[in-house]
Amino acid sequence: MALAQIKIDATSERLAALEMPQGGWSGAARADALARLQAMGLPSRRDEYWKYTRPDTLVQAKAPEAAVLETDEKPVFSGMDRLKIVFIDGVFDAAASDDFALEGVSIERLADTSADIHWAQGLYGVLETAGQDPVERALAALNTAYATDGVLIHVTGKPSKPISLIYRHVSTSSDAILHHVVKVDAGAEVTVLENGPAAARFNKCMEVDIADGAKFHHVRTQGRDHERRAATHMFARLGTESVFKSFTLTANGVMTRNECVIELTGDDAHATVAGAALGDGDFHHDDTIFITHDAVNCESRQVFKKVLRNGATGVFQGKILVKPGAQKTDGYQISQSLLLDEDSQFLAKPELEIYADDVACSHGSTSGAIDEEALFYLRSRGVPKGPATDLLTLSFLAEAVEEIEDEALAEEITERLAAWLSRRRS
Amino acid sequence: MLNIKNLHVSLEEEDKQILKGVNLTVEAGKVHAIMGPNGSGKSTLSYVLSGKDGYTVTEGSADLLGEDILDMDPEERAAVGLFLAFQYPVEIPGVGNMTFLRTAVNSQRKARGEEEMSSTEFLKVIRARAKDLKIDADMLKRPVNVGFSGGEKKRNEILQMAMLEPKMCILDETDSGLDVDAMKLVADGVNALRNEGRGFLVITHYQRLLDHIKPDYVHIMADGRIVKTGGPELALEVEQNGYADILAEVA
Repeated sequence: MALAQIKIDATSERLAALEMPQGGWSGAARADALARLQAMGLPSRRDEYWKYTRPDTLVQAKAPEAAVLETDEKPVFSGMDRLKIVFIDGVFDAAASDDFALEGVSIERLADTSADIHWAQGLYGVLETAGQDPVERALAALNTAYATDGVLIHVTGKPSKPISLIYRHVSTSSDAILHHVVKVDAGAEVTVLENGPAAARFNKCMEVDIADGAKFHHVRTQGRDHERRAATHMFARLGTESVFKSFTLTANGVMTRNECVIELTGDDAHATVAGAALGDGDFHHDDTIFITHDAVNCESRQVFKKVLRNGATGVFQGKILVKPGAQKTDGYQISQSLLLDEDSQFLAKPELEIYADDVACSHGSTSGAIDEEALFYLRSRGVPKGPATDLLTLSFLAEAVEEIEDEALAEEITERLAAWLSRRRS
Repeated sequence: MLNIKNLHVSLEEEDKQILKGVNLTVEAGKVHAIMGPNGSGKSTLSYVLSGKDGYTVTEGSADLLGEDILDMDPEERAAVGLFLAFQYPVEIPGVGNMTFLRTAVNSQRKARGEEEMSSTEFLKVIRARAKDLKIDADMLKRPVNVGFSGGEKKRNEILQMAMLEPKMCILDETDSGLDVDAMKLVADGVNALRNEGRGFLVITHYQRLLDHIKPDYVHIMADGRIVKTGGPELALEVEQNGYADILAEVA
């Protein structure tokens, strides 16, 4: 079908504002991504996949301005032993970053690798391309074509500390595009952390290839600056007996769209995608998940919780696709919202598509208010209404936070959630 | 300690009167038991006293240690010294029992202008009290009441009571759903908390619990009123003859 003129125009306008990095091993992938992007066009509000989230501000040529929040609060993960890699408005900051040398992993910057041949060639844009079927993800193609930087992480062993990507936001008009590639070798294991408001507008893509028996843990917080916007994509491919676990905490942000596309290609693999979102006012947060089971005896879990107040909007589009032959699949999906007032809304579209006959898939989606019985119980013990409501809100979010395997990280996230809630009360 | 005068209460949602003039005084150091058939208003009394939504006081008063509690929020009543052991303790997933209890203890201390309990001191105290109630470390760590058996939930209520050290304890059918051993354990916990400065109001259907928690007074409640008051022997009478005779006698 020919692309509507309006889409062609919008896409051209956006691309005119961008400059493609030239040369090197990624050149062919970038050119291919651009061709694919031009064929599909950037999303518009008429697209089914963008029914609940208006893409306008994510695709327009110029990033809408976003104020930078001044705060004394210590950034998340501050107290942890980790390898820090810092980007300011999408630009690498060598002075603030740690040395990349760490046993069991090799780390390079995308912008630094100009050779004609690189291991990342087999992945850069490759998982993204695979993830375009059956649903187009034009912002990810745009990312592959125009990413200015990112990190290429090759995990060969079990590095002693997490790799921590820190995204600072300083300029009110920044428009950042970063693309990371992570390759985890057979039997290797890594934890990748991400945090920070990143930019006025942030387009980020991460492709993760997890070989047989390898493990990939991911904990991310997106927050702070209320006016920031982000469209992120995670593409993961899982080998036999491999593990993928990703958790995202989103607090604040007028526009966040997090897409996660996972393909279980090896038997006995496990994938978990979880998220806790806290939103206030014109907060808009969208989790769009697509998990494909294409192997035997794999397990996948989607656990998403959103707390919405003062007219905030939460969106969940989650799909489990079980391909023919993917027997013994165990798929679980839950998306729930806690609406703290009547102005907030939660829009959910859970989907199951199953072509194998010996599978167990369950899904559920609910919206509710604070449980009055539980609130009375806590208050009768002397806990005032505000803190009691916070405790019950944390209780609601706990199921998602519990998906984080590392206890210290889970605790850090819970503390953040509690701090956000208590700030909103004072 | 607790003075209830001519208390009239109706449901907020429908025009239905539940309590029709309850008069009751619980003195410090005494245990009062309330017995009565289903629907007599026993549980409503406990909810109204502790401040649950959904009820309207149309007449009468209730004060605790001289303070009128009926206009207070539930947490204020707790800070004054009121405690309700729930008939159906609520499960709160994701909130550790210990975290919950420490928040409660310190909220009350704060409300009373007292110093908060440090985590070390809290740990020391809770371990000792938990041990008395045969509550193990695992139960303290687990989310509040989640996956607890009926007996464990009730023991957890008594643990909360022991930690919060209230002045006035109301036990709402604490014996329901308990086997004989569990009931004895719970009763021992309550008895250990009996002292001269503390009043108890024990609501129960059966005399069994009162074998273990020996009351000073027994009240029979029917149709929203206390219709008869006596000593422990009144509970035995109920056990043997049911409520019918007593109700016929006062009708």
